[in-house]
Amino acid sequence: MKVSADDVKYIAQLSRLTVPETEMEKFTEQFNQILNYADILQKIDTAGIEPTAHVLPVSNVLREDVAKEGVTHEEALSNAPAVHNGGFKVPRVIE
Amino acid sequence: MTKYITVIGLEVHAELKTKSKAFCSCSTAFGSAPNTHVCPVCLGMPGALPVLNKQVVEFAIRAGLALNCEIKKFNKFDRKNYFYPDLAKNYQISQFDKPICENGHIDVNVNGEEKRIGITRIHMEEDAGKLVHSGATISTSDSSAVDYNRAGVPLIEIVSEPDMRSAEEARAYMENLKAILEYTDVCDCKMQEGSLRCDANISIMPEGAKEFGTRAEIKNLNSFRALVRAIEYEVERQKEILEDGGHIVQETRTWDDANGVTLSMRSKEEAHDYRYFPEPDLVPVQLDDAWIERVRSELPELPAQRQARLVKEHGLPEYDASLIVATKAMAEYFDEAVKTAKDSKGVSNWMLGDVSAYLNNEGITISEFKVTPAHLAELVNLTKDGVLSSKLAKKVFAEMLKEDKAPSVLVKELGLEQVSDEGAILKLVEETIAENPQSVADFKAGKDKAIGFLVGQIMKKSRGKANPGMVQKMLKEKMQ
Repeated sequence: MKVSADDVKYIAQLSRLTVPETEMEKFTEQFNQILNYADILQKIDTAGIEPTAHVLPVSNVLREDVAKEGVTHEEALSNAPAVHNGGFKVPRVIE
Repeated sequence: MTKYITVIGLEVHAELKTKSKAFCSCSTAFGSAPNTHVCPVCLGMPGALPVLNKQVVEFAIRAGLALNCEIKKFNKFDRKNYFYPDLAKNYQISQFDKPICENGHIDVNVNGEEKRIGITRIHMEEDAGKLVHSGATISTSDSSAVDYNRAGVPLIEIVSEPDMRSAEEARAYMENLKAILEYTDVCDCKMQEGSLRCDANISIMPEGAKEFGTRAEIKNLNSFRALVRAIEYEVERQKEILEDGGHIVQETRTWDDANGVTLSMRSKEEAHDYRYFPEPDLVPVQLDDAWIERVRSELPELPAQRQARLVKEHGLPEYDASLIVATKAMAEYFDEAVKTAKDSKGVSNWMLGDVSAYLNNEGITISEFKVTPAHLAELVNLTKDGVLSSKLAKKVFAEMLKEDKAPSVLVKELGLEQVSDEGAILKLVEETIAENPQSVADFKAGKDKAIGFLVGQIMKKSRGKANPGMVQKMLKEKMQ
């Protein structure tokens, strides 16, 4: 087993996901299955092959530096649960 | 007591002077009402896709070349994942393992010694939004209001090697870097507005140690003064801990400018585990020689070259030239003034003396200075031609600050022309000799000082307008 239940808990925490204790074993097993699959791929000899940065054989998709109007202030805040002084109100950020 | 060596590396974030954001077309204008330059991309709406601004790449190459870096042809972007409300997407688009520039350097001069500071890398990324806290400080606030106008504004992060050994070296590096970014016109470098920001990695180690000590990263350094004070404070703090037998904790600290201390910052953000991975929404950027060489050929004159030119062409001392070139606007003012000035050194003296004193006093920059370079040049010429004594030139300068008039006009209006008419001066000389027989006798008896008194009397009579050189010469002739 490459991944322990503690690793799963840590990753869930980093991702802001709640994983019930009851499902911890299932997730741990699935994580390991994914890594085992990656192990199979690791066996392929990739010497001399450029790493793939993107799946599409496309590069240099660029736009000119021209400023345009985005959405209105009201539209921007229309989904905000709370608003304060024209900003998205968020809870305390420091412990 | 153990002697310690200070080790400093700087991470500088420079906002690029583009019109639109890095990955969307929203305006980058500073100082607008909150959340008025936003769109689905920079608000992190599901399904919105980023498209890279070409000018960001252009500016990054330009800065890299000016900072003596190798430009990497293959570029990709990565996601740096973290949960903090300053970015709505919960990740920042950055460059992780393939930065656009590597292995650069800046040469700085500290106390007459030249030193090369390495630049590890420069990468492109996006800025985050701004949090306005409800309370007086971040730690006493129950909530914050987020403004995403700045989210997505393009940045370059310039990471130095840990090559600096004192606050002075760090300051010199930062000043040089700022000048280069200004000259290349990639950043407006307003530290107070946050368009140029600096974090310092600081550690100390006992003299002779092979390995660096544990470092603290200091954030919120918004001025050169803050940078210097924070380094000095932090070094003392770390020394005290080590002297007491303690150990330094690797952590992020914030500079509290009002109290002159660094404070530990524990945010709700997890320990630095950013889980970088390639940004799937952006395709790679492949640079070619043509692009890089075109940018290189368009590089403007850089501060070091300009300094050398001022020394060579205008005969300025190295130190004076270094002060003139430190700000682009100052250097441009000088170049403009010397077009018509008969005395370049005179222009430099005025700029570094009375002009700088006035600017500091008013808290403004040379760009906001009302006196035109042409008018300053004319003032220098009036002195050079003997129309104004240096004392009267200061008087005219004071008037120039009040009204936008040519110094020659002010000289006439104030009746300040220096008198260089021989007949008029001779009359004053003769009068004064007649009125002060004692001083004349003293002078003849070999008391050279007496002549100073007599010159003073004549200057007084002429209300400061007599040409002092001529007065001195004619006095001597008359008394022999």
